[in-house]
Amino acid sequence: MSDILTLEGVDKTYDTGFNALSNINLSIRRGEIFALLGPNGAGKTTLIGIICGIVNATAGRIVVDSHDTQNDFRQARKQIGLVPQELSINIFDSVWNTVHFSRGLFGCPPDDAYLEQLLKNLSLWEKKDSRIMALSGGMKRRVLIAKALAHQPTILFLDEPTAGVDVELRREMWAMIRRLRGEGVTIILTTHYIEEAEDMADRIGVINKGKLMLVEDKHALMRELGRKSLTVLLSKPITQLPTELMRDDLQLADDGASLIYHYSTAETDSGVSELLAQLQSAGIHYQDLQTRQSSLEEIFVSLVEEKA
Amino acid sequence: MNHYGIKAIYCYELARAWRTIMQSIASPVLSTSLYFIVFGSAIGSRIVEIDGISYGAFIVPGLLMLTILTESTSNASFGIYMPKFTGSIYEILSAPVSGAEIVIGYVGAAATKSVILGLIILLTARLFVDYSIMHPLWMLMFLILTALTFSLLGFLIGLWANSFEQLQIIPMMVIAPLTFLGGTFYSITMLPEFWQKVTLLNPVVYLVSGFRWSFYGSADVHVGVSLGMIALFMAICIAAITWVFSTGYKLKP
Ligand SMILES: Nc1ncnc2c1ncn2[C@@H]1O[C@H](COP(=O)(O)OP(=O)(O)OP(=O)(O)O)[C@@H](O)[C@H]1O
Ligand SMILES: [Mg+2]
Repeated sequence: MSDILTLEGVDKTYDTGFNALSNINLSIRRGEIFALLGPNGAGKTTLIGIICGIVNATAGRIVVDSHDTQNDFRQARKQIGLVPQELSINIFDSVWNTVHFSRGLFGCPPDDAYLEQLLKNLSLWEKKDSRIMALSGGMKRRVLIAKALAHQPTILFLDEPTAGVDVELRREMWAMIRRLRGEGVTIILTTHYIEEAEDMADRIGVINKGKLMLVEDKHALMRELGRKSLTVLLSKPITQLPTELMRDDLQLADDGASLIYHYSTAETDSGVSELLAQLQSAGIHYQDLQTRQSSLEEIFVSLVEEKA
Repeated sequence: MNHYGIKAIYCYELARAWRTIMQSIASPVLSTSLYFIVFGSAIGSRIVEIDGISYGAFIVPGLLMLTILTESTSNASFGIYMPKFTGSIYEILSAPVSGAEIVIGYVGAAATKSVILGLIILLTARLFVDYSIMHPLWMLMFLILTALTFSLLGFLIGLWANSFEQLQIIPMMVIAPLTFLGGTFYSITMLPEFWQKVTLLNPVVYLVSGFRWSFYGSADVHVGVSLGMIALFMAICIAAITWVFSTGYKLKP
């Protein structure tokens, strides 16, 4: 798969002197769903703003489908649609007018049939003559999506599309994102909901304090996610593991009261029953067992904490 | 050139004016009519002719200028300030439109509105005072140039403003006084010599004078000077806007 978007050494220091992004290098593949995860203030919105031309980068180069966003901004921007994080819209406009405006602004000739279908897909057709102020929050967000799609972009940015959205609308939105991906649109979304990234994305990037900590295929992350640990609470503390039990995936806790065994659910044999049999024969008695599965959230938190 | 983009901005802005027609057309027409009634008919009948023109007719160009200046400035400043205020500016910044195209859309719409308004006021004035237009084409040209220039100024104000107070302060504190003192209601030759010299520092004098010349053929300063001053002022505004866009000042963090 070829890359549709590449960022090289993107840096941003705001006028306040705050360094919001440092040396971001990232390639987005054509047709993928890329989820950008990160805590509040990590720099997600800033990064999207720079790609879309809303924020000036301090340094770096961005290329959209072989068009430089500085020198060839028209061709680059034509391809991009942006759904902003905030509900930034003039509430006095009608739904139809604002969508119509967006299409023209991006240099497309009028195509009422397309806009009609777009509004129908987003369940906004009945509201086409309503003013934005008369819509609910979820509808307003869908209007922003309609505006972003009005010029048929090939790359869609969704900055926290499901923040403040109820379960049903969230599900509808996911379905819409999948449908768009099916049509070949590349989608880059930011979210705080890890399960959303888990469910939707092909690849996941984690950003914290302006640094891109990791970009990983979701399945690779899921393998990481598939790791489990078994804690064996011993009846009596021991000082040292018997030599026959010395192995990489088994540790004795500092207090000697428990053993921790790491294994993967991806493998057919977890090795748990074998371990328990070995303990038995070594004469180590235990009173309780606990298993724990690490979640993407934990991986995420440990990344954010360790590398920060 | 993204002409669909320019058209989108231009039509959007004109539609906004249409939506608020009471505020954008009716109210300036009403207030200017009041001026005509009070100064033109009521008081004017007791004031002697100026340069052989009845007082009511004399103030028509100046009053028209006053309205064009204030309306152009406030229209254009409001037009660009609103998307900044609502945050919907993100869309314009992310669109494939250049700075020049954004300016053409907004300023063009604001100027169009002012010119239409000016023509409506001109027709309304006819109900109250008798005036003639000696050089109609020049009149139209002055009208359009002034509307464009002050829409450019308004656009700059809208870019600069961070609040609604700031948005209103320049039209109120600067443009209105300059217009009143710029020979709207009198010929500057009626002033003592010293004040005549001071008045020549007021750019509005040149606009009103040139505009009045196109009506009655008499002027405080030569019409060529008036034209030159408008051109100069327009060039300054365009240069300032070009600079603003090249730095992203106030629009892009
Ligand atoms: N215009 C600005 N001027 C100065 N600092 C800014 C500006 N905009 C954002 N910042 C700072 O840059 C940092 C990153 O902000 P950004 O909005 O990109 O975060 P985010 O990852 O989108 O956060 P969230 O998840 O809360 O939306 C924050 O610390 C923020 O305070
Ligand atoms: Mg954000």
